[in-house]
Amino acid sequence: MASRPISEMGLPKSIANVFAARSIKTAKDALSLTEFDLMELADMGLAEVTSALAHISERVSPPYQTALSLLEQRIQNEQLAGHLPTGLKGLDEALFGGIPFGVITELVGPAGIGKTQFCLKLSLLASLPTRHGGLDAQVIYIDVESKFSSKRLIEIGAQSFPEIFYTRGMAQEMAGRILVLRPASLAEFTESLQQIKLLLLERRVKLLVIDSMAALTSGEFEHGASKINPLGWHISFLKSVGELSRIPIVVTNQVRSQSSDDTWRYNFQVGTRHRDLEDTSKYDSQLIAALGIHWAHAVTIRLILETISGERFIKVAKSPMSPALAFPFSITSSGISLLNDDGIEVVGQEISTIHCDGHSEIIHSDTLQFHRQ
Amino acid sequence: MEVGRLPISAALKGKLVSAGYTSLSLLSSLSPSHLARDLNISENEALDILKHAPHDGRIDTSSGHHIISGAQTAWDMLHEEELLTRITTSSVEIDNILGGGISCREVTEIGGVPGIGKTQLGIQLAVNVQLPVHCGGLGGKAIYIDTEGSFMVERVLQIAEACWDDMLANNAISQNVHAGQVGMQPKDFLENILYFRVCSYTEQIALINYLDKFISEHRDVKIVVVDSITFHFRQDFEDMALRTRLLSGMALKLMKLAKKFCLAVVLLNQVTTKYAEGSFQLTLALGDSWSHACTNRIILYWNGNERYAYIDKSPSLRSASAPYAVTARGIRNNVSNCKRIKLM
Repeated sequence: MASRPISEMGLPKSIANVFAARSIKTAKDALSLTEFDLMELADMGLAEVTSALAHISERVSPPYQTALSLLEQRIQNEQLAGHLPTGLKGLDEALFGGIPFGVITELVGPAGIGKTQFCLKLSLLASLPTRHGGLDAQVIYIDVESKFSSKRLIEIGAQSFPEIFYTRGMAQEMAGRILVLRPASLAEFTESLQQIKLLLLERRVKLLVIDSMAALTSGEFEHGASKINPLGWHISFLKSVGELSRIPIVVTNQVRSQSSDDTWRYNFQVGTRHRDLEDTSKYDSQLIAALGIHWAHAVTIRLILETISGERFIKVAKSPMSPALAFPFSITSSGISLLNDDGIEVVGQEISTIHCDGHSEIIHSDTLQFHRQ
Repeated sequence: MEVGRLPISAALKGKLVSAGYTSLSLLSSLSPSHLARDLNISENEALDILKHAPHDGRIDTSSGHHIISGAQTAWDMLHEEELLTRITTSSVEIDNILGGGISCREVTEIGGVPGIGKTQLGIQLAVNVQLPVHCGGLGGKAIYIDTEGSFMVERVLQIAEACWDDMLANNAISQNVHAGQVGMQPKDFLENILYFRVCSYTEQIALINYLDKFISEHRDVKIVVVDSITFHFRQDFEDMALRTRLLSGMALKLMKLAKKFCLAVVLLNQVTTKYAEGSFQLTLALGDSWSHACTNRIILYWNGNERYAYIDKSPSLRSASAPYAVTARGIRNNVSNCKRIKLM
């Protein structure tokens, strides 16, 4: 609506003509100017300009809904109350039914933890017929890191849903619903996204997976080096696509290490900083999610996949509804499965910390041991 | 040239300058008819110019008890401030440092890292404003402007249900059950939240311009929550000067709304990192000039394993911090000794 031409907004003829002559054509042009600039440009008095702006503003403002009507609409129009079940019972309960429609859900974790496995499983679930708990729809899978394996996909399918996959032709049909795109650069990725917008309308696409978002920028703008985020456009595009077409968007993200004295704080906290430094200095570095804080604000749900002393956990690290729970999981031939459905409640900064044993497990094994007691 | 700053059309400005009126002091003692004759314009136009020109000090004080129209003495202001109403945050400790809650007639900015509970607090306030006055609300409606798409209506229902529970318990204790209030159901809380979804910065500016009219038609609105003020202004903006101008214009309009309709304006802001004193520090987004725009600024942060709210800026409150918790029922007091199993 922002780019709607002013000429069609029913302004008084005389004012509309002046605006057109000064090449103020869209609402965006007019509203990007202050009243004072506009008076200067259009050579009009304050009263006229104010009323013209008020008129344009009223036309451009989105309509409102009460939260109640929003709720009723969602309940009425959506399969499974607007969630894609992950098939992991505990996690689904914590997320009130699964991956929610309309928002971005992010999976963060170190390499090899099972992010791609989780994405493959979700793709399958979305393509399954409704009677098996799926969405009976198409999936778009943007595979940036070339990690998508159709062989593994079929294997997961055959192990998890044998009754479907051993039916003749079903494996082909299920796998045929998953459309894989492999952009090689940020520019190609941008192009794919624009095509997707049309595709979403034409076909019954009910899930968009991007594996991974971080690979596209490979650390070019860590620490917010440049003022303008190269992914800024993509972030708002993904959010609006997800919301308009009401589909879940699942994005994976890598981790980066950060030295512990880099832990970001506000300047009013500087005084308390030294004490905390001693606590964390046992670790040489800690892991943080790539793509920076700007991206982190954009995701609605963040699931962290991590390992703590050899055990893998999946943790709800950011969610507007769910408490922070961590579930132990393992990767099997049928994909990802939870070891128990109860979940362990996590508190404080542990919620957003990403643990990874790797080499540090060997080096710091005794400090970790100490910590655990 | 001083007359260049007058909010009048360029043609009139030209006429002023060519007639030799370059400084505002020359205008201050003129009568409209005199100016009209000098500039060869209508008296109405002349009056319009003079209205915007500042008057000099020699103004007849006998005509009214206000010395300058629109001005107020500090004594009167004190009385007005005492009548200020506040909206509870549902955390007694945050309410304490805020002097009772988020105050009306003011713009309050709340910022913090992702996942700290900004949206939660926004939703909580939109629900709490509807509580009757003795429960810490204002019995009004809420406008929720969502720029990010992070508004989860299921969560609002959860918070509203918990809030309703507490209200019933509260009523039962004080033996003050009014039939009308018990009739309020959790779903009614949702009915009273007017939700706007804004998809671009143009829409955001337009909506804030339009709010003045909208609220005149919906006088029972007592809080405007913008979640977040930042989002669209962090994407594809190359002209930083334009951004600053648009943002400060928006802040002024919001401040005017807060005063005019006696409502609370709450702006949620994201954080960014800033390089200062040899290290990276967290700071609220949108830059230094924006930080002057809001009356109050509250930062939500992690302190060890607890969530804290910190008053970073306020003309009337001392800076202080208080712990709080985000629970299934919404924002609550921090209860550190509750039964929780710690991971590791």
